[in-house]
Amino acid sequence: MKNPEEIFEILKDKFGEVIIELFSDKPTESFISVAPLEIDKVCLYLRDKEGLNFKSLMNLSGIDDANGEKIKDENDNEIIQGGTLSVFYHLESIDLKHKVTLKVSTDRENPEVASVEEIWRAADWHEREAYDMFGIKFLNHHNLIRILMPYDWEGGYPLRKDYQNPEFYKGMKVPY
Amino acid sequence: MALKTEEMVLNMGPQHPSTHGVLRLELVIEGEIIKSVTPHIGYLHRCFEKHCEVMTYPQIIPYTDRMDYLASMCNEFGYVIAVERLMGIEVPERVEYIRVIMAELQRIASHLVAIGTYGADIGAFTPFLFCFRDREKILNLFEITCGARLLYNYIWIGGLMHDLHPDFIRLTKEFIKEFRPNLKELNDLLTFNQIFIDRTANVGILPAETAINYGITGPNLRASGVNWDLRINDPYSIYDRFDFKIPVGKGENGTVGDCWNRYYMRILEMEESLKIVEQAINQIPDGDVSSAIPKRVKPPAGQIYSRVENPRGELGYFIVSDGSVNPTRIKVRAPSFVNMVVFGELCKGHMVADVVAILGSIDIVLGEIDR
Amino acid sequence: MGLLDKQFTDDNIIITKVEDLLNWARLSSLWQMGFGLACCAIEMMATSASHYDFDRFGVIPRPSPRQSDVIIISGTVTFKMAIRIKRLYEQMPDHKYVISMGSCSNCGGPYWEHGYHVLKGVDRVIPVDVYVPGCPPRPEALLEGLLKLQEKIRNETLVSKTA
Repeated sequence: MKNPEEIFEILKDKFGEVIIELFSDKPTESFISVAPLEIDKVCLYLRDKEGLNFKSLMNLSGIDDANGEKIKDENDNEIIQGGTLSVFYHLESIDLKHKVTLKVSTDRENPEVASVEEIWRAADWHEREAYDMFGIKFLNHHNLIRILMPYDWEGGYPLRKDYQNPEFYKGMKVPY
Repeated sequence: MALKTEEMVLNMGPQHPSTHGVLRLELVIEGEIIKSVTPHIGYLHRCFEKHCEVMTYPQIIPYTDRMDYLASMCNEFGYVIAVERLMGIEVPERVEYIRVIMAELQRIASHLVAIGTYGADIGAFTPFLFCFRDREKILNLFEITCGARLLYNYIWIGGLMHDLHPDFIRLTKEFIKEFRPNLKELNDLLTFNQIFIDRTANVGILPAETAINYGITGPNLRASGVNWDLRINDPYSIYDRFDFKIPVGKGENGTVGDCWNRYYMRILEMEESLKIVEQAINQIPDGDVSSAIPKRVKPPAGQIYSRVENPRGELGYFIVSDGSVNPTRIKVRAPSFVNMVVFGELCKGHMVADVVAILGSIDIVLGEIDR
Repeated sequence: MGLLDKQFTDDNIIITKVEDLLNWARLSSLWQMGFGLACCAIEMMATSASHYDFDRFGVIPRPSPRQSDVIIISGTVTFKMAIRIKRLYEQMPDHKYVISMGSCSNCGGPYWEHGYHVLKGVDRVIPVDVYVPGCPPRPEALLEGLLKLQEKIRNETLVSKTA
């Protein structure tokens, strides 16, 4: 059983500045921040190394940090420019009984994260959902298309903070 | 001279009597053998996560009910535990015992629906009626407690909506006495029925390594031989005070990890849940159920990922809060969403009729997959 | 009024209007298409089970729309599903009836305000005959909805067009 500080030390020794920092000031959960395009190498190491053995991915979720600047566009709607979108990974080892949380941040205008689908097959649909809801592109995913919204939905990425509803979809009125 | 064959695309559309909800399966078949299956979901996407960002924490509880509508008490339980851990609230003992009783009764009710509809898919209609008859008794117990049959809004942050009805304990004891012989009757009717075994044994075999890599949890994982149950391995609430076993698949009547094993896990789990309810009823203390409910739910800034053992697997809530009354982001890790990914692998090489058997044994609920 | 079969007194001959006869035949054996979408589907299944029996009203579930008279839309209708519901409705042969069960299919339900993918009421795509309120409606409420539909059928005439 290892705690997050030990895992952070092991990763820092192996990968250097790809591992950015360990946030552990909040009481409930501490997480390790990683560079977005190298996350697949880090995860492969976490899965296969003796003593870490993170064989199962519990959860992969996108989040809109909404830390850009809010400006008004031509229709007087508030949109956010700049800032980041993040992805959180919650990993667990069933035999060694420890957990770790990783975070990657990528910029809002062109979000790109390396895909961990080859490492844990559980990430397949989670990454498609993050793409559907936030627009985060996962490189080397074999089938990155929308999963929950209709395949021809033009209205944007629904869970972003500055999402606006389209008025009609195929003749059906969207707002009440 | 060999016959020239071509592959055909067969659509098991969103409206189908055996797909357990609105799920579209695209089967590529050659004759009767399946080459590949692509599930299409999203026909019940009700924007739960967007609603969470505009509602306050207590207002979200009715929406969590409606995600996995067959296990509403367990959904609420998971959400409330996550918020209480974030806020650091300790609830009274009586509240813990009542929550465990409700969650275990709900587990029995959910497994009864899974078993009844699985039998109906295979072709046996009578167990469906028997299971629903027993489920009505459990729904009566829920109805005298909180007034609703299916979607309760009973477990609140810091406590419960209101206390148990004075007759609840007596009626629960009667229910337990009536249910044990019914469970034996169900076993005779369906579980050890030769036709059922022929349909489900050695079909859809899931090895343990594949199951862990795909993130499968719940009875499906235990049927593949992995001894992992969150109530024992990562305990929450007061489950460490009760004495119950975790059934693990052994491969009787077939191979470890086939459809029959996954089905049999649910039968054994119902028996264990009865034991937990019995012990909890005998140990329940007195107390006030609403003394720890906060006036205003305003968690400190931070995040948490907390999980409970739903009847279908591990239900996880990832809550990010920035210190206000509305959450910033709630992501629900639904067990059926993750269990569904392995479905394409399991069906390869089987026949079209086995698709129904495999889908029923994974036990999905579309409300949870699409949220 | 009473059902037509109460009027057999002697010699198995009754004199009645063709409209009454046809309406009686239609309302006594409404075959429903099993179309459960969400939580209300479980209550519909519970209504078909033995505690609150649906079969005593002549209602049995049929798997295909081409063999059914009534479709009970139970559960939330999303945009992705609404297109398919329209197609299923057009596949049903006349005379067809629609019961909208639960508040999600009546008017959008609890998702009316912020649901970007929820159709606010199934009557925006197909015409509805009876609305059953509730979230989810109790089985007794669904049975009452069925009885109201039977009353509506009893008062139909051959002369004017139905939906």
